[in-house]
Amino acid sequence: MSEAATAALDARELVKRYGEREALKKVSLTAGAGELVAVIGPNGAGKTTLLSILAGILEPDAGELRLDGAVGWVPQQAALYRRLTVAENLLLFARLEGHANPRGSVEEMLELAGLDERRGEVVARLSGGNQQRINIAIGLLSRPAVLLLDEPSVGLDPRQRARLWEFVSALAGGGTTVIFSTHDIQEAERYGGRLLVLADGESLFDGSAEALREAVRSEAPEAADRDFETAFVAYLQHRGH
Amino acid sequence: MRWLLLKDLQILRRSPLQAVLLVAYPVLIAVLVGFAISRGPEKPRVAFLNEVPADTRVSVGGQQLPAAGVSERICSRVECVHVKDRAEAVAKVESGDVLAALILPEDLVDRINSLSTLTPRTPQVEVLVNEEDPVKAQLVDERISTLLAQANLAIARRIAGEGGRYLDLLIDGGKFQLAGQTFPILGLRTSAQILAALEPALPPGPLRASLHQVTGFATQARDNLDVAGPLIERLAQPIEIRKDVVNGSSPPLEIFAIAVAATLTLAFVTVLLVAGSLALEREENAFARLTRGLVSPSALLGEKVLLGVAVGLGVTLLMLAGMQIFVPLQWDRFGLWLLAILAGGGALATAGAALGAAAREVRAVSLLAFMVTLPIAFLSLVPSGAVGGGVFDLIEIVTALFPFKPALDAMTAALDSAGPGIGGPLAHLAILIAAYGLLARLALRRFAAV
Repeated sequence: MSEAATAALDARELVKRYGEREALKKVSLTAGAGELVAVIGPNGAGKTTLLSILAGILEPDAGELRLDGAVGWVPQQAALYRRLTVAENLLLFARLEGHANPRGSVEEMLELAGLDERRGEVVARLSGGNQQRINIAIGLLSRPAVLLLDEPSVGLDPRQRARLWEFVSALAGGGTTVIFSTHDIQEAERYGGRLLVLADGESLFDGSAEALREAVRSEAPEAADRDFETAFVAYLQHRGH
Repeated sequence: MRWLLLKDLQILRRSPLQAVLLVAYPVLIAVLVGFAISRGPEKPRVAFLNEVPADTRVSVGGQQLPAAGVSERICSRVECVHVKDRAEAVAKVESGDVLAALILPEDLVDRINSLSTLTPRTPQVEVLVNEEDPVKAQLVDERISTLLAQANLAIARRIAGEGGRYLDLLIDGGKFQLAGQTFPILGLRTSAQILAALEPALPPGPLRASLHQVTGFATQARDNLDVAGPLIERLAQPIEIRKDVVNGSSPPLEIFAIAVAATLTLAFVTVLLVAGSLALEREENAFARLTRGLVSPSALLGEKVLLGVAVGLGVTLLMLAGMQIFVPLQWDRFGLWLLAILAGGGALATAGAALGAAAREVRAVSLLAFMVTLPIAFLSLVPSGAVGGGVFDLIEIVTALFPFKPALDAMTAALDSAGPGIGGPLAHLAILIAAYGLLARLALRRFAAV
């Protein structure tokens, strides 16, 4: 059996055009169960477009997409009703997803997100980190095989980031495939088991952080021993981006 | 859809100030507009100084006419504040206690009487106004002009009536009283009869021919002056009004006012609520999450329209029940009320959905909803003839494109049987529901794309 056949997600040569502009140019991505894949690249690289196609929000103009099971999508900004409580938000989405026991699902998610004690609090009063955890918990309500996170740590302080990644890593450890986009290269290096580098809609690299360092060493040796972010920028420049 | 509806009601409940404003503000506007339309203008307070001596009368041909009751007529049209002198009248106008002061000078009747002499003097009355406010000044000018026109008409009628009596005396004869003495008047009719009786007694010749000429003149004068009487009376009011209703039947003013108030309430509640709650889905970033397989965009639109219609129905019925305190309503037409509110609310809610789908933020869409609803509502109340023909045609086109006017027509028809038929407005509303529903659906595509 091939790797693609066992993958939780298999995207082949995805193309997306906005008028004359090609936002994605034959981008491919395969991810297995429990993998943590970071999609990185400068602004306008096509990260959100790729995640939107994987989430089913956008239709690709060309290419193939195969998903093994449900896909949970967590948008960049928390998609929550700020005047409802934590539990009311979860209950609403559990009901809309048609869960047989929506209240049971809410309890499960509250426990998973570690927000059981704050269930009755109105979301507007929660910190950005906690809002993001509920945001992710809602994305997990459908028991997805693949969880897509669009820049999940934007706007969070370091402590909130650490708690968020602890939560996400635990999900991956439980077998959920997590694909996240980020601008933070250090974060991608630290938490991403694999990195997919996009620039101007083009896939430049797909592999581990160590493999990316090797690629930098061979293509931009002057930056190979600098910090990961500087090395990454040098790599992009060497590739003409 | 029911879970979304429940969620929206929960959000509304969590924002008590917003909920109260959403209901209280339109009801307040509606009641004020209804109150303003249904109430006639109050009698203006006018200081009144009558310096004409009490026993002075207008006289015609040396004969005093009975009092025309001009003072009483004026004071029946305005709230007269009687003052003792001109200084007090000036003080009251300056202080704003009265809108104006009307002074009938001492020589007013003498001047009126001089009109039938060789040295006529124009009768004048004095009006004191405070023109610091141009709107108030115009109002006073119009009121006083109307009052004086009515006073002139009353005097003219009295004079014309007296003139007619003298003419009758001249034609038919009778008794004429002057300075306490009674004088018999032969009259043209009797004169002609006497002359005609004398004529055969005279021998043929120049004297008889002359008498025949005089008899003929007396007869002609009698016959022609007969028509002069009504002519003199008509001079007092040469044009009279004959009113024929050629188009439309209107309900009582207070019912129309209630229809306006109810439609305003319905419009504000539905348009603001639907537009706001749809924009909220975007502001909370929930739209994409919802429409990613959980709810279709059309179902989401349907839920918002349902929310608007349900809340609008409740608030409007509450307002109508409140209005019952002031004006008795025909509760046997309740079914038609429901029909009008549901159709009007449906069209206004879909218009609100189209607005909500066109804006990104709740605040922006609330402002937009106000900016659209309020002027359209006021334009819908402009009656034909109040503006130029071209402008009115334009107003009709604009108001036909928004659901307020047909919703008002439907509400008016539902509230009172004397109003126009309800079928036309309902058909109009159905077309607008379809059109705005389509617009909202198209706008949601952009909503999702951004």
